[in-house]
Amino acid sequence: MEHTPKDPSQVEGWGVDVDPKNDPTYPMKHRTDGEHAGYSWERPPQQPPTVEVLHSIERSDLTSAFGTSTPPSGPSGALRRFAFRYSESSYAHWLPLMLADRVGVVEGVLGDLGHGRVPNVLAERGWKAEWEHNRRGLVRRVLVQAGLALVTVAYLRGRKAD
Amino acid sequence: MNYRGPHRVRIDHKPEPEILHPQDAIVRVTRTCICGSDLHLYNGSVPDTRVGMTFGHEFTGVVEEIGDGVEKLKVGDHVLVPFNIACGSCVFCQQGLYGNCHESNPQATAVGGIYGYSHTAGGYDGGQAEYVRVPYADVSPTVIPDWMDPDDAVLLTDVVPTGYQGAEMGGIQTGDTVVVFGAGPVGIMAARCAWLFGAGRVIVIDCVDFRLEFARNYAPCEAYDFRSLEDPVVFIKGTTDSLGADVVIDAVGAEAAGSALQTVLGRKLLLQGGSATALHWSINSVKKGGIVSIVGVYGPVGTHVPMGNVVNKGLTIRANQASVKRLLPRLIEHVQSGVLDPKAMITHRVPLEEVSDAYRIFSAKLDDCIKPVLMPPSARS
Ligand SMILES: NC(=O)c1ccc[n+]([C@@H]2O[C@H](COP(=O)([O-])OP(=O)(O)OC[C@H]3O[C@@H](n4cnc5c(N)ncnc54)[C@H](O)[C@@H]3O)[C@@H](O)[C@H]2O)c1
Ligand SMILES: [Zn+2]
Ligand SMILES: [Zn+2]
Repeated sequence: MEHTPKDPSQVEGWGVDVDPKNDPTYPMKHRTDGEHAGYSWERPPQQPPTVEVLHSIERSDLTSAFGTSTPPSGPSGALRRFAFRYSESSYAHWLPLMLADRVGVVEGVLGDLGHGRVPNVLAERGWKAEWEHNRRGLVRRVLVQAGLALVTVAYLRGRKAD
Repeated sequence: MNYRGPHRVRIDHKPEPEILHPQDAIVRVTRTCICGSDLHLYNGSVPDTRVGMTFGHEFTGVVEEIGDGVEKLKVGDHVLVPFNIACGSCVFCQQGLYGNCHESNPQATAVGGIYGYSHTAGGYDGGQAEYVRVPYADVSPTVIPDWMDPDDAVLLTDVVPTGYQGAEMGGIQTGDTVVVFGAGPVGIMAARCAWLFGAGRVIVIDCVDFRLEFARNYAPCEAYDFRSLEDPVVFIKGTTDSLGADVVIDAVGAEAAGSALQTVLGRKLLLQGGSATALHWSINSVKKGGIVSIVGVYGPVGTHVPMGNVVNKGLTIRANQASVKRLLPRLIEHVQSGVLDPKAMITHRVPLEEVSDAYRIFSAKLDDCIKPVLMPPSARS
């Protein structure tokens, strides 16, 4: 068999972590049964909420620490607030979030334009790297997409003429 | 870095992070990697990934500032920062489940906080930046020992522990045949670590030739391209006397190739939590009573897998985000003794300013890329 070491024990470090008790994998949690007492541990100090932070309805409050990146705003923010009325177990939670992510992309472009900046989408997509390392693939992709666009335009024109 | 939408990332100036909690530290980043997990964000498949967020959960850095409640870490310490944000005091942290902390992610209860990993993992800006806020600074961040190469240190924040835990959760016994789906950095490390647990045979499956070749030499192991195997499940059965592998590790996750149906449902329409092709193959190619260990990441909604076979074959499924802090002491020993050589996986060193190109190279597997490291300006002089 290709590359199978004839004698695995010759592989550097072979067997150094062998654990016969790990069958079928030992419980990796060090059982404390602390959870039987409920949400009862001494919690770290609470981070003061300085921005709007949504929290899962599967828990009672915010966690002691949380991230403050990109708080909800605009139409995408409204969608996210709506999504957080439903649990992590519901599509009514995840689908509006996915939609909000797409709306957020449009908001992002509008925001850039509002700041007088036209996003350089090709650079953001790393086309320089494609050009350096995969020129053929890039050219093929551009040609195929241009071809599809031409066919669509021709088809739509043809229908108009009918 | 600044996420602008699927496949669009760029460098922007943002305000420097501040201490927001007494146990916070601010760290000046010295190295930061792009991970296969970042590709789920980059492809737009993780719900609640907001435009404007900074990604990055694998980083090392120098402590610049600490909050009042930080006792162990000192300004000036050079630390490696495990990707899990863990409070250390909740019942899950107490049980060593540092990837499942209950005090670091308000948005979802199913996963603890992760740096730069969408609001579904806590809404923290990440380490693909010059500065980053590190909560619970006394819990997970670990001072890099003098003898350790910083390139090894940054891989200890995720790739090494994840690969190791993939093998550990497989419950590998001496002589076992272990199959690893995926020859990305995580799969390669899982294959390498399978030997440490006494595997008798290690087989890696992927579809990218240079990665298979790398795995062959690095693990070392057998490695096969699933495109040249008519059916990887039949191949694995065939090579194990028709019984199946003792242990199968899914180190691919949601971006799996190889099945048009899974790709359309999981990657194009986003109607399930990713494309579960590798997990499907894992379940079907493990032996009866065998163990499937999942470190590949999937989204939070339902995903098609052959559940009936899990039942009928009596399988044990083990899965988690790696518990980095739990594994670090042992893994640091392995790096020191030379048993593990993580930095050999680094193929690209890219200035942080070229983050857009780095994402493209890693995601499209251009230029024989295994693992890219981004270097912020202050770390390059
Ligand atoms: N559980 C954790 O703690 C944790 C931590 C880090 C990464 N991860 C996950 O591990 C996975 C791998 O990470 P990575 O950095 O190595 O990513 P990667 O994208 O570099 O590697 C994935 C590899 O899988 C291959 N692949 C695609 N479809 C396949 C299939 N059907 N069968 C076999 N191989 C296939 C790809 O060609 C690629 O080489 C990702 O899902 C990532 O999110 C999990
Ligand atoms: Zn990672
Ligand atoms: Zn915790």
